[in-house]
Amino acid sequence: MATTAAPFDQATHHAHVDDRSFLRKYLFSTDHKIIGIQFLLMSLLFLALGGTLAMVMRWQLGYPGQAMPGGGILPETMAPGGILLPEFYIALVTMHGTFMVFFAIMPLLVGVFANFLIPLKIGAPDMAFPRINMASFWIAVPAGILMLAGFFVEGGHAGAGWTAYAPLSALPEMTGVSWGQQLWCLSLVILGLSSILGSMNYIATIINMRAPGMTWFRLPLSIWALFITSILVLLAIPILSGAAIMLLFDQVIGTHFFLPAEGGQPLLWQHLFWFFGHPEVYILILPAMGFVSDIIANGSRKPIFGYHSMVFAIIGIGFLGWVVWGHHMFQSGMNPTLGMTFMISTMFIAVPSAIKTFNWMGTMWRGSIQFHVPMLHAIAFVAMFVIGGLSGVFMAATPVDIYIHDTYFIVAHIHYVLFGGSLFALFGAITFWYPKMFGRLMNPFWGKVHFALTFVFYNLVFWPMHELGLKGHMRRIYDPSQYEFLQPLQPMNTFITVSAFLLFAVQIIFALNFILSWFFGAKAGRNPWNDTGLEWSTPSPAPHGNFERTPTVYHAPYEFSHPQVTEDFLPQDRQLEGQSRPAAAPAGH
Amino acid sequence: MDWMLPPAFSTFAPGIDRIYYVILVLTAVAFVIVEAGLLWFAIQYRARPGRKAHYTHGNVTAEIVWTAVPAVTVVILGIMSAPVWNRIKGRDSVPPDAVPVGVRGQQFEWQVTYPGADGQLGSDDDFTVRNQLHVVVNRPTVVRLTAEDVIHSFFVPAFRLKQDAVPGMEINVWFEPTQTGRYELACAELCGLGHYRMRAFVDVHTEEDYQRWLAEQTSNAAQ
Amino acid sequence: MKQLVLSALVLVTAAALGPLAKDRPAGNVTGTVKFTGTPPANPKIDMSEEAACAGSSTTDPVVTVTGGNLANVLVYVKGGLPAGQAATAPTTPTVLDQSGCLYHPRTLAVMVKQPLEIRNSDAVLHNIKAVPKKNRGFNISQPVKGMKTTRSFTAAELAIPLQCSVHGWMHANLAVLDHPYFAVTGADGSFTLAGLPAGTYEVEAWHEKLGTQTMSVTVPAAGAASANFTFSAK
Repeated sequence: MATTAAPFDQATHHAHVDDRSFLRKYLFSTDHKIIGIQFLLMSLLFLALGGTLAMVMRWQLGYPGQAMPGGGILPETMAPGGILLPEFYIALVTMHGTFMVFFAIMPLLVGVFANFLIPLKIGAPDMAFPRINMASFWIAVPAGILMLAGFFVEGGHAGAGWTAYAPLSALPEMTGVSWGQQLWCLSLVILGLSSILGSMNYIATIINMRAPGMTWFRLPLSIWALFITSILVLLAIPILSGAAIMLLFDQVIGTHFFLPAEGGQPLLWQHLFWFFGHPEVYILILPAMGFVSDIIANGSRKPIFGYHSMVFAIIGIGFLGWVVWGHHMFQSGMNPTLGMTFMISTMFIAVPSAIKTFNWMGTMWRGSIQFHVPMLHAIAFVAMFVIGGLSGVFMAATPVDIYIHDTYFIVAHIHYVLFGGSLFALFGAITFWYPKMFGRLMNPFWGKVHFALTFVFYNLVFWPMHELGLKGHMRRIYDPSQYEFLQPLQPMNTFITVSAFLLFAVQIIFALNFILSWFFGAKAGRNPWNDTGLEWSTPSPAPHGNFERTPTVYHAPYEFSHPQVTEDFLPQDRQLEGQSRPAAAPAGH
Repeated sequence: MDWMLPPAFSTFAPGIDRIYYVILVLTAVAFVIVEAGLLWFAIQYRARPGRKAHYTHGNVTAEIVWTAVPAVTVVILGIMSAPVWNRIKGRDSVPPDAVPVGVRGQQFEWQVTYPGADGQLGSDDDFTVRNQLHVVVNRPTVVRLTAEDVIHSFFVPAFRLKQDAVPGMEINVWFEPTQTGRYELACAELCGLGHYRMRAFVDVHTEEDYQRWLAEQTSNAAQ
Repeated sequence: MKQLVLSALVLVTAAALGPLAKDRPAGNVTGTVKFTGTPPANPKIDMSEEAACAGSSTTDPVVTVTGGNLANVLVYVKGGLPAGQAATAPTTPTVLDQSGCLYHPRTLAVMVKQPLEIRNSDAVLHNIKAVPKKNRGFNISQPVKGMKTTRSFTAAELAIPLQCSVHGWMHANLAVLDHPYFAVTGADGSFTLAGLPAGTYEVEAWHEKLGTQTMSVTVPAAGAASANFTFSAK
């Protein structure tokens, strides 16, 4: 893409035959779609790895102290004779969270779909800065390698949880971990750079490169969500990077940011981490909400109910997400008055999520619902996310939090929003946009089988965790049977473990469907879902440069069952009789 | 699935449990509305030949209702919770007659320091016991909570009591047990490889039994 | 000419054979470490909340005196060894056992690179936290009875503390030495430093609470020297 002093003229850049070398076309590509697919493959691998780690943890919780089948391949420092050591269990807990949050869900939601969807859905040929986009992926790769390396160093991997509370995380003699924790910090700083570069690109693209007629309030909600998410990433990630560097310094060069013996403050770590960490969890859900909106409107054959409210709800969540971080610290020893202020702000953030839930239901109301695989996942998202959101109300009430903080009630909440929410949305989104990525459709029968089995086993795993938490079962506990009050809960732990193994096994269906459809799936036309978005006017897979001619946008994003057309969908770029072209001004006005 | 809380034996429990059950009812109502609604809509509005979807972009009244009702609900929950929170955790809420005990969390034990006969912590007749917290029923005790090395968390499920122990800080944790017996104390913040076994006991005595225990301890110390 | 060559040959051979210490006759230093007076009271331990070990011991055996003999004293050659002698570490490990929630022995020594085998003979979690200054430390767990873990050290260092964090009273003292001339006294207070070449050495006796004492010992070729230490309460 030539950089000139003149304003970007979209009409001259259009789809063309890509005649670059294999290396430039698929490996070091500046094409946002290829980069999106690169993130997809990398993230799915980390998702599988994070899930595997969870299975090992669940073995220990289901059968404490028993040798794990196949555990003999693990070294003595992790599991002598196949029996997990407590410090290895803690490393698994830490790395399950770390891999899932930073290397699976976040890149799947943002790295994949912000990259893939934004130019396509706004009518642009590519991102504002394609080479920086390429750098963003290739910076994430060494970050992933560093994070994997931690398993192979002396002392083992990081052992302070994905939240890495200091002083534990800063003191190798307290954890027995030195290199592992340092690699953890370093890897996240590097990954942070990748995220920041990406989000800067997404924001610039959405603001500047919308096709003529694509006004702000004609943007699909997936794009709104990705836009607000990118702003959150840009502002929150640098805080984590700074905190991780401070932690690294405390570990290796003798500073005392978080060590009280020489005047440091353990609570400082928590404030810094959660000031990043709370916007981070909204980063992990907002794009999913955006995809769900696109898919539910499509599946219901109806416009999204309350589009403007939905936009303001996204903005509201993005904004309020900055003032609730203290709810992770109610019991931390911080001034109890802050407990009251953070309780109020946290209670309020439930409201925009409620608005969205009711609007999704309103979209389905009086629709003509088609239960294609993405729609199944999107409806499941609403059903599961609401459970996660409602469980959050218990924690927001500070007196109740005294009891349930750091118990499995929190674990249940996390997984209802991240798995029941984000991951189901991702299964739906991957299936929905797969034809645009690969030119083929995933097999719908196996998609439904995968959905049904996943839904059942998922709930069997995580619903009982609410009860474990209410009975006082703490988190990150290697062997709950050490406590008399937890011993009656052991059968439930075993039940959850068995369900988890089944849940994990079922994902093979998705993996096979994903891989085999790539080569053998039914070929897809331009618009297999009869959707209204701009991306569906391009061939499947979308070519380099995206659009043969820059589209012009005439309609709002979800014009399904429009009275003026016979089909039950009206693409955003279809000009109706009597409609005039918008003034041919470059996007940005 | 059992949503009931296990029995609890401190003066804090009724206040906490009441808020829990109120939230349980409110969230159960919301849960039923959403889940039943989704199921009903999925069945009722499934695609059928000859039926078209109803073309609408929304309804302002509905938006106002389902914004206002959750907003009012959460405000009420906040108002209910604030005094309970303040009574338990407020820095000015420790009863002045509460008996002080020092509890120091360290990898992976709880060192409990008693004030001895003079009732003063930090004086010469203090003595320390590992992993046993002895208190008197129906009398407030205030734990001066500290941590030696990393963050631990003082969690007595039977009292609905939890407070992080932070190195460099001394935090007052008060409570009043309402029934004699032996209750477990667990560490509720990951503190290293032995975190899973950082277990102690809280022994709630009658006044006489407590005096008897105290006498035993001080005579042992003198030996 | 022939005589010159012969003498040169003899000289060369002598020079070549000379430095071989193993051909020099080796001696021993033996002795006993005693304690005079009343030993100080050992700190009390309360194991009542550890069911697997309750009743094992009510005091921490910091100072153990049996019939006037002091146990757990590390006696070693501190100075006087010929420079540049690299001794190879034995491959047999020295064993540290955790039993009754106490370390046995509480004072022990290994050579640089010699394996230290740590065993858990208790049916309870122990962790071993080593905080050396010159070596890499570690903090590892043994949750199951019968587990064995082996570690070794790369630099000579005295008085490395070993500790269990689950049972805070458990302490051991590890010395890492770059030569084999050391011993730790048992209940009878006796020690032998064997295989020392003839020479004069500085020998030190180290006790974790009672401090150190040094004496100069001369070892005759193929003979024995004796050295006795006496500690007392300060």
